[in-house]
Amino acid sequence: MLTCKKATHLMSASLDRPLNRRERFTLRLHLLLCRGCRAFREQIGLLREISAGFARWRDGGRE
Amino acid sequence: MSSAAELIAGFRPQMLKFARLQLQDDAAGEDAVQEAIEAALAGLDRFAGRAALKTWLFTILRHKIIDLLRERGRSVQISSLEREDEDMDAAFDALFSASEHWRPDSRPQPWADPHAALEQRQFWLVFETCLEALPARTARVFMMREFLGLETDEICSTLALTSSHCHVILHRARAGLRQCLTRGWFGSEPAPC
Repeated sequence: MLTCKKATHLMSASLDRPLNRRERFTLRLHLLLCRGCRAFREQIGLLREISAGFARWRDGGRE
Repeated sequence: MSSAAELIAGFRPQMLKFARLQLQDDAAGEDAVQEAIEAALAGLDRFAGRAALKTWLFTILRHKIIDLLRERGRSVQISSLEREDEDMDAAFDALFSASEHWRPDSRPQPWADPHAALEQRQFWLVFETCLEALPARTARVFMMREFLGLETDEICSTLALTSSHCHVILHRARAGLRQCLTRGWFGSEPAPC
């Protein structure tokens, strides 16, 4: 069973590289059972959107 | 050769002034000058004439100073980098129990209405503060990935990092920013699950 801490590493890696089958399977199983990790995944995913929005805000004169 | 030794001793005040200025440290300057003079005395048969002696002495001293600065630069830079990274990792580790599962009081809770936050100037200021709180290299890797949209391979090779190190840095940045935004904007994580 994947620990939450290891799951956070897989969730971060999935934003940068394709996970292999085994990684995908263990992570999916973990997420089914773990509400905390589901929130973590959603939030680090949002960071990508937030970063893009921040860059636009900063380049657009910070208004 | 005692006259050469006397000459060398005569240059000592000038050498000291030079070394202290370069190193910004009196004790280290004195040590560098002492070492340079000892090295010069040990190789006394290899110079000719007063002008040559001075040039040679200062060449030895300059090399000693450069070595010291390099050593210092390396140790200061690496230790402060590592310390900042370690602090971040310690803050992240504190969220977990010994079995590496979320501690009940730090289990991530959904953020309330994150898209509404993106409409507010104040939110961007909080995010900016969170970015600035990251260690410099961590922030740099994160921005190359998320602001410039570079692939991880490209970032690693540009910064001469292994790909696993790159992933560790990105994970550290994301975990740190998530925690910072949770504390700074979305409210602290409540206990109930």
